[in-house]
Amino acid sequence: MTDMAQAPYKVVRSTRASKIGSVIGLVLFIVLVSFPTWGDRATIRLLVEIFYILALAQMWNLLAGYGGLVSVGQQAFVGFGGYMLFVLTINFGVGAVWAVPVAGVLGALVSLPVAFLVFRLRGHYFAIGTWVVAEVFLLGFAQIKAFGGGSGMSLPISVIKSISGSRAGRDSAIYWTALFVAVATIAIVYFLLRSRHGLALTAIRDSEEASNSLGVDNFRAKLLVYIFAAFGTAAIGALIFLTKIRISPSAAFDINWTTTVIFIVVIGGIGTIEGPILGTIIYFLLREPLSDFGTWYLILLGSTAIVVMLKAPQGIWGIITQRFDLRFFPVQRRLRLKKDD
Amino acid sequence: MIEWANTIIQGILTGGLYAMFATGLAIIFGVMRLVNISHGDLIVLAAFVAMVVIETTGVNPFVSMIAVLPVMFVFGYFLQRGILNYTVGDDLLPPLLVTFGLSIVIQNVLLEVFTADSQRLKAGALEIQSLQLTEGLSIGVFPLIIFVTAVVMIIGLQQLFNYTRLGRAFRATSDDAVTAQLMGINHKHIFGLAMGLALVLVGIAGVLMAIRTNFDPSIGPSRLLYAFEAVIMGGLGSLWGTLLGGIILGVAQNIGAKIDPGWQILAGHVAFLIVLVFRPNGLFPRTRDD
Repeated sequence: MTDMAQAPYKVVRSTRASKIGSVIGLVLFIVLVSFPTWGDRATIRLLVEIFYILALAQMWNLLAGYGGLVSVGQQAFVGFGGYMLFVLTINFGVGAVWAVPVAGVLGALVSLPVAFLVFRLRGHYFAIGTWVVAEVFLLGFAQIKAFGGGSGMSLPISVIKSISGSRAGRDSAIYWTALFVAVATIAIVYFLLRSRHGLALTAIRDSEEASNSLGVDNFRAKLLVYIFAAFGTAAIGALIFLTKIRISPSAAFDINWTTTVIFIVVIGGIGTIEGPILGTIIYFLLREPLSDFGTWYLILLGSTAIVVMLKAPQGIWGIITQRFDLRFFPVQRRLRLKKDD
Repeated sequence: MIEWANTIIQGILTGGLYAMFATGLAIIFGVMRLVNISHGDLIVLAAFVAMVVIETTGVNPFVSMIAVLPVMFVFGYFLQRGILNYTVGDDLLPPLLVTFGLSIVIQNVLLEVFTADSQRLKAGALEIQSLQLTEGLSIGVFPLIIFVTAVVMIIGLQQLFNYTRLGRAFRATSDDAVTAQLMGINHKHIFGLAMGLALVLVGIAGVLMAIRTNFDPSIGPSRLLYAFEAVIMGGLGSLWGTLLGGIILGVAQNIGAKIDPGWQILAGHVAFLIVLVFRPNGLFPRTRDD
């Protein structure tokens, strides 16, 4: 075996784009962190929504794009996380912001029995199975009298006041939580994919049989991804309903949470970290002028997703990387010959 | 006691409708290995097509099928050849995401054209006629017609699959599309015919559903879930199993509704999950999906 130092190649992970990108990202991050001190209230609220949708999209992309687990039932965890926010703050006196990660942990716990059920369904049927489970959550929570049944409940004033006494203070606290959640999901997905688990996941995505034959435990890898996505999605759900203050079963377990992120991920580029970011930007850019045409906007998104899946399954980000070889979040390892330097 | 017997009989008859939803889904999966997420929305689409036919010509809903079924067949054939054939392959993502997109498009187009108003097709006196079985136990004529139609549908499909050239081509393509092609079968055309056939079944189910219950553009997804649950409970590849799956679902929903109206749909889903725990391959597994 040759000594690595004498080998005529080296393993490279970062790209020029990723180096430039990390500088731009850092500047953008500082601008976004400071935003509540100088930005207006409407934009702060819009950014909060963008952050949680982006985070949800990253979680679904991890699940479907890397784990090969196409779930149309992630709204089960969004709604569960939302309800846990109310239970934790009202019944257990947990601080509203701290309830977000705790709701995530509870979501991960509840995902275990759910996985026990839905993992019995293979491939395509897994998708519809997750949807059935989400319906069970919806109908089940609507039966719980303590949660206000079908009409839901509101977050008490005392809990809202406990975040911060002033309205601006609350807006900033929620904004920073949302920013943290968005950045953390991207960072966690990035570092997860760079680790050996990520290598296993990418291998499974490319070929289940081949990865299995090389010693990857497909079931275990998929289960871990499912539990992790449940953790993230439930935490994001808690954050979403912290901004909404009111919760009801039909809003909490709405299929549209999943529909939106599926369109974002498919159009942006499934199986990449950049794709969901690009997809989220496109989604909000188009939504602002088209929001008056609710139905037509959904028809447009649905048709675009169909065309993208048929003509360019790697999404818009896939088209861009084919042209320009841009990778802001390099998760792959590349060999570079020494004499190239 | 007689009340419970009544609940169960009504449940069995409802199961006929669910089995009808499920046969279309089962055929699409059986031949193309494609899980069609827009299946429920296609059922609702058929109901709206029937509504338009009835409003423009004034015919009875049963007669409207003369127009509805060919329309659904043609729509299915071109849907398969124009879009869905390009998603068939080893990768799971394209068919799922394309039919998911299709589901959203169909729902919102129907919403835009027909609004969210609840609709119903009227079939006259037939809707309310009933047969008295014994003292205090009677069954509706129309639910019985639906159940019998489901049984006839399944027998017809089995004859088609077992004894006709077309059925043989369906089975051959399902087993191995490439080899079937070597034998001179154009699998793209066969897939188109299979989707057309499935949408004819969807058309019959859609019209009968629209006479029996109210419908609006948003109810598609729940019909997909019922169809799916009936297929999985019955066991993949078994049409009679699908009927049994539909019956279990219908009975569970009726028993749930009798205990508490809020439990109707939930009880059906719970019955499905229980079957999934104890018989993950369904009650009559015939084929496996891998």
